[in-house]
Amino acid sequence: MDSDFIELDGVEKVFDVRRRTGFLRRERREVRAVDGISFRVPRGEMVGYIGPNGAGKSTTIKMLTGILTPSGGRLRVAGIDPARERTRLAHRIGVVFGQRTTLWWDLPLRDSYRLMHRMYRIPDRRFRENLDRCVELLDLGALLEVPVRQLSLGQRMRGDIAAALLHDPEVLYLDEPTIGLDVVSKAKVRGFLRDLNAERSTTVLLTTHDLTDIEQLCRRVMVIDHGRLVYDGALAKLHEVGESERTLVVDLERELPPVTLASDLSVRVVKVEGPRQWLAFPASVSAAPLVARLAADYPLVDLSVREPDIEAVIAKMYASDPAL
Amino acid sequence: MEAGAGRRAGEPEPAAWSRPGFDDRSRLLEGVRAYGLIVAMWMRSTMAYRASFVMTTLGNFVVTAFDFVTIMLMFAHVDALGGYTLPEIALLYGTSATAFGLSDLLFGSVDRLGRRVRDGTLDTLLVRPVPVLAQVAADRFALRRLGRITQGLLVLGYALATLDIAWTPLRVVMLPLMVLSGAAIFGAVFVAGAAFQFFAQDASEVQNAFTYGGTTVLQYPPTIFAKELVRGVTFVVPLAFVSWLPALYVLGRDYPLELPEWVAFLPPVVAGLCWLLAGLAWRTGLRAYRSTGS
Repeated sequence: MDSDFIELDGVEKVFDVRRRTGFLRRERREVRAVDGISFRVPRGEMVGYIGPNGAGKSTTIKMLTGILTPSGGRLRVAGIDPARERTRLAHRIGVVFGQRTTLWWDLPLRDSYRLMHRMYRIPDRRFRENLDRCVELLDLGALLEVPVRQLSLGQRMRGDIAAALLHDPEVLYLDEPTIGLDVVSKAKVRGFLRDLNAERSTTVLLTTHDLTDIEQLCRRVMVIDHGRLVYDGALAKLHEVGESERTLVVDLERELPPVTLASDLSVRVVKVEGPRQWLAFPASVSAAPLVARLAADYPLVDLSVREPDIEAVIAKMYASDPAL
Repeated sequence: MEAGAGRRAGEPEPAAWSRPGFDDRSRLLEGVRAYGLIVAMWMRSTMAYRASFVMTTLGNFVVTAFDFVTIMLMFAHVDALGGYTLPEIALLYGTSATAFGLSDLLFGSVDRLGRRVRDGTLDTLLVRPVPVLAQVAADRFALRRLGRITQGLLVLGYALATLDIAWTPLRVVMLPLMVLSGAAIFGAVFVAGAAFQFFAQDASEVQNAFTYGGTTVLQYPPTIFAKELVRGVTFVVPLAFVSWLPALYVLGRDYPLELPEWVAFLPPVVAGLCWLLAGLAWRTGLRAYRSTGS
C-alpha cells in the first residue's frame, strides 16, 4: 500500500461540452480531458505534474481530491475511492489551489485556522504545534489578524499552504502553488515544501508552470498532454528523451564568421550577433571538451552555459514523436 | 460545546477518520455541526463590529417595515382589503414575514451557489470533510437579517393584541407551528432554488421570485389574487401552507379553493415533503456538478 499510495489505472474524464451555434441550436461535443492515465506514487514521494494549459492537470487533481467523478478507470488514494468517499478522504489530504483560496475571504487568517481546527476535529495540541510551526516557517506571525482579502498574493498563498497542513494530511496536492509570486516568496514556499517532505514524508503532487519548482523540488516528473501521460520518469532523463540542448554563449575578441569545430563535437551555431555567438550542443554531453577546443582555436573573452528550458524540451518531445 | 473540549491537552487522539463509528455518524448531524461552527465564526466576526451590526440590523428592520407601512397607508383609505381588516392582514403578514425572515437568516446564503459554481470556489468547499450544503448555507451568516424577523414579530404581536380571536388550544398551538413550518417550507424553496443553480448559474433571480416574491404574495389575503395563482402557491410551490391556510384557521375564515378545514394542520407534513424533494434536487445538482465540473 505504501508503494501504491496514489494509484491510477486507465483513469478517464470525458466532458460533454455544449456550444451554442445558433439561437436555439446547440452543438454537443465530447472532450476527453483525461484520456486513460495510469500511474503510481509511493508514500513520501514528491512528484511534478506538468503539461501545457488545458492538458488535463487540474482535472486529474480534481479527481484525486474527489471533486470530480472519473468517467472511467480506477483511482485510489490511500486505499480510498475519492469520488465515493470524498469527506472521509478530506481528512487525509491537503489541497492548495494557486488560483483561488480555501480560506474565508472576509475573515482574519486566524479565524480561518480556528474553524479548520474544529471542522477537521484536530486534537488541540496537534493543532497548536502545527500552527506554530507553519507560522514560524512561513512567516505568518504578522498576518494572523489580517483579513484574507487584504493579503498580497504571496502572503495568501503561504496562508493557504498552512491551512492545508493543519490536519496533518498524508498527501498534499498543490495546483500552481507559485503562480504570481515574487522571487522571495517562491523561495520561501519551495524551502518549506522541501522540509515538509523530508521531515514528515508527506507525499506531494504539484502542478506548475514554473519549471524551477520542479527542478528544485522533484526528482520525478510526469508530463501530461491532451489528457495522456507522455512522460513519467526522472527529470534528468526528460532532457535526453526530449533531445534537449544546452547553449554555450561565447564572446570573442572581435566579429568572426561562425565558429567551426572538429566534426566529432556535435555542436552547431544557432545565432551570431557581432562578437557574440550562440552554440547549441546536446544536454547529455559535457561542455568541457567543447570549451577547451574553443579556447585553443579562437580568441575567447568570456563564455556562459545556459540550461535547457523544459517547456522547449516538451515541445521538442512532441515534435520528434508524431504518435504523441 | 465541542466534542473534544473535555479531553486533557496533549493526550493523543486517533484522527477523526479512524475513529470507530465515524462512517455511521449521520451526515445530517455532521452537517448541523459544521453549520453551527461556521455560523459561530461569522457571529463572532459580526460582533467584533458591534456598532456596524446594530446599524445594519436597524436598516434591515426599517427597510422591511416599509412593507407594512404601505399596507397601513392603504387602510387609511379603505376599511377592508379583499374582505379582510387591517389586524387580520397583520396576522397574515406577521406570520409570513417572521417565517420568511427566519428562513432567510438560516438558509438565505445558499442563493450565492451559482456564483460559486461560476468562479470555481465551490471546489474549495468540496475538499473539506463536511457536507457542502451546510457550508453554503452558513457562509456569510448575516445576523442583520434579525431585523426582518423583529419586524415580522412586531406586526404579529400587533395582530394578536387587536384581533378578537376565539382561542382554542389548537389555535394556540397553530401559531408557533405555522411560523416554524413556514420557515422550513421557505428553506426548502431556497435549497431547491440553489440546486437549480447547479444547472443554470444565473438562476438566483428565479429563486428570488419564489422566496422574496412568495412572501410578498402571502402578506395579502388570498381573496385578492386570481384563482390560478392561488392554485399555484397551494399545489405547485406550496407557499399557501406557510401562512394562508393555518392563519385562516386561526381567524376562522373560509379557505380558498374550497379546501377542507384539516389542511390547516398540514404545514409540518408539507415542510417535510418539501425538504425531501429539495434534498433530492440538491443531491442531483451536486452529482451533476461533480461529473461535469461546471
